[in-house]
Amino acid sequence: MKTLGFAAGIAASFTILSSSAAFAVTEISWWHAMTGANNEVVETLSKEFNESQSDYKVSPVFKGTYPETLNAGIAAFRAGQAPHIMQVFDVGTGVMMGAEGAVKPVAEVISMGGAEFDKSKYLPGIVAYYSKPDGTMLSFPYNSSSPILYYNKDLFEKAGLDADNPPKTWPEVFEAAKKIKSSGAGSCGLTSTWLTWIGLENFAAWNNLQYGTQENGLASTDVELTYNSEPFVRHFQNFADLAKDDTFRYGGRTSEAKQLFLSGECAIMTESSGGLGDVLKSGMNYGLGQLPYYDDLEGAPQNTIPGGASLWVFGGKSDEEYKAVAAFFNFLSQTDIQQRLHEVSGYLPVTLEAYEATKASGFYEKNPGREIPIQQMMGKEPTPNSKGVRLVNLPQVRDIQNEEFEKMLAGDQSAKEALDKSVERGNAAIQEAIGN
Amino acid sequence: MSPRVVFPNKILPYLLLAPQLAITLVFFYWPASQALYQSVLREDAFGLKTTFVGLANFKKVLSQPSYIASVQTTVIFSVATAFIAIVLALLLAVMADKIIKGRGFYRTLMIWPYAVAPAIAGLLWLFMFNPTMGTFAYMLRAAGYPWDPLLNGPQAMSLVIAAAAWKQISYNFLFFVAGLQAIPKTLIEAAAIDGAGETKRFWTIIFPLLAPTTFFLLVINTTYAFFDTFGIIHAVTGGGPGKWTETLVYKVYNDGFVNLNFGDSAAQSVILMVIVIALTAFQFRYVEKKVHYG
Repeated sequence: MKTLGFAAGIAASFTILSSSAAFAVTEISWWHAMTGANNEVVETLSKEFNESQSDYKVSPVFKGTYPETLNAGIAAFRAGQAPHIMQVFDVGTGVMMGAEGAVKPVAEVISMGGAEFDKSKYLPGIVAYYSKPDGTMLSFPYNSSSPILYYNKDLFEKAGLDADNPPKTWPEVFEAAKKIKSSGAGSCGLTSTWLTWIGLENFAAWNNLQYGTQENGLASTDVELTYNSEPFVRHFQNFADLAKDDTFRYGGRTSEAKQLFLSGECAIMTESSGGLGDVLKSGMNYGLGQLPYYDDLEGAPQNTIPGGASLWVFGGKSDEEYKAVAAFFNFLSQTDIQQRLHEVSGYLPVTLEAYEATKASGFYEKNPGREIPIQQMMGKEPTPNSKGVRLVNLPQVRDIQNEEFEKMLAGDQSAKEALDKSVERGNAAIQEAIGN
Repeated sequence: MSPRVVFPNKILPYLLLAPQLAITLVFFYWPASQALYQSVLREDAFGLKTTFVGLANFKKVLSQPSYIASVQTTVIFSVATAFIAIVLALLLAVMADKIIKGRGFYRTLMIWPYAVAPAIAGLLWLFMFNPTMGTFAYMLRAAGYPWDPLLNGPQAMSLVIAAAAWKQISYNFLFFVAGLQAIPKTLIEAAAIDGAGETKRFWTIIFPLLAPTTFFLLVINTTYAFFDTFGIIHAVTGGGPGKWTETLVYKVYNDGFVNLNFGDSAAQSVILMVIVIALTAFQFRYVEKKVHYG
């Protein structure tokens, strides 16, 4: 981590040096957290933008993981050295929204560039998530993803399951997982990355259940968590029961469980659509399905909520710099750019036009399952339960939830206790964070 | 008493000390004063609103059950790490001292792990014992042992203690080897002639003469377990499962840089500073009395 910070520091100082050398060009910095193939996309996009015109120059700087990037941005802001653009993950959205003097709404920035900002061009589910209660779009959706079901077709066949029809509901998933375990096809049936994001936040939206008051925090910061109701308890008790004989296996708090799926140990996994790249790379015989739901719950399946990250613009910069940022965002919104981004990365296109263009190109016929994350998010008009989850201290609340889940999966407490405790501790943390 | 060194030049000694003093000022006193200042403030993440709250942060931190739990975790972790690292290093040093052929080679191998950065050491152990990708984890499970430090607290704790102690053994080994070399061979030979066996010689001659070294290492290892093990814990368990491996220094990081609660975090680091100062003072005052300097 130290070396990374050091390297980033060097990169940053080069940025400063080179910007003072070029007078005519307005240079803007873009701090991001993309690694591997996604980092290449960032570099390519910046290069293409810089070559497409001569007034502005974007310099991308890799700042570590998502939380590290957020912290680096906050520290830089406190030191008066904030970058122009910073990539912030979904969980940090509430943190950024709470910092009203520190950020400049993207809607405002884009209209400073001269172009009229047209919100209707963007995917509604995503725009709603990154907007203030009054509808002002605050950040630019760069990479959005949605959780889906992955399954190993070879293991399905071995266990005598239908490899072309993945289970749709949670009870069906549990049955399939048990069968995989009992038939010896796989050493574990089911796993999941991000129990907080997929198991709680998206579970609530997808089954049209309340996660917290105030539209899960989108209407106001004074939220009371309510996710300890019966359907949640039932869902997590199922996981806890299956964990006893390894039918469900826990991989870790973030995306570690992906390894259990890629290694062929677990046959079914719920994971972000952004994780598709690694599955493709592994060359395994995989299938994709919708995120499972409970069919006895009213309104299920509703719609999923976006994950991934968006680009935030810091306040206190000059008009010329904001024009440069606006030009860059307009560049990113172009249909062919968005379409390419979607096809190579597994992240969602952010404009409707790009979605239509991808459809028209026949990409989805050639790559079955790739449309699922968009359909899940766009299928229904969002309800107050399914617009998203926004808390000023969501990273902290997720930590609390993970701690209680781990105790539950270790057999130290029931699902009811885990959810009750995490709601209680989470509510106390929220009240403290909003200053009560 | 060693003879006193006298510098003819009045300024030179200060000049020679200046670089070290400058480093201490910039990297210790300055951040420490910042932490003190921050600990009496309550601030949002971006520093947009700041209020002076006096000692409220300290009061809040000390009344948190999770903080008390973290103190317990730290005590278990530090005592175990320091104890294992010192005992194993002493054992290895005594063994290595007996080797006649290839002594240098063995010693070099023993010192190697010290060159590994804590975060790398953590990753190394993670790659061996992580249930999703570790080779040893796979072997343990294949042998029928339910190895799962992701959910099993005591297993996770053992893993970070093992990694932290492993890394410190080299350092301790180095000092013990030096300490052993400083023991006059005549003493040991005289004892041998008097008929003292190997064990007897160790406990009555070698061990007491190594006491200053052991004491010094005790102080160093405790400080190490308190502060320098952050990288290992961060890489191996991230404080989990639950809060099983959340030591005080990890909690400072977590509350400050993950939960963005700088006031609480600063108050905790000030408390931590006081604890370590007190611990070191205590060790020098009481434990040192029992140490016989040769």
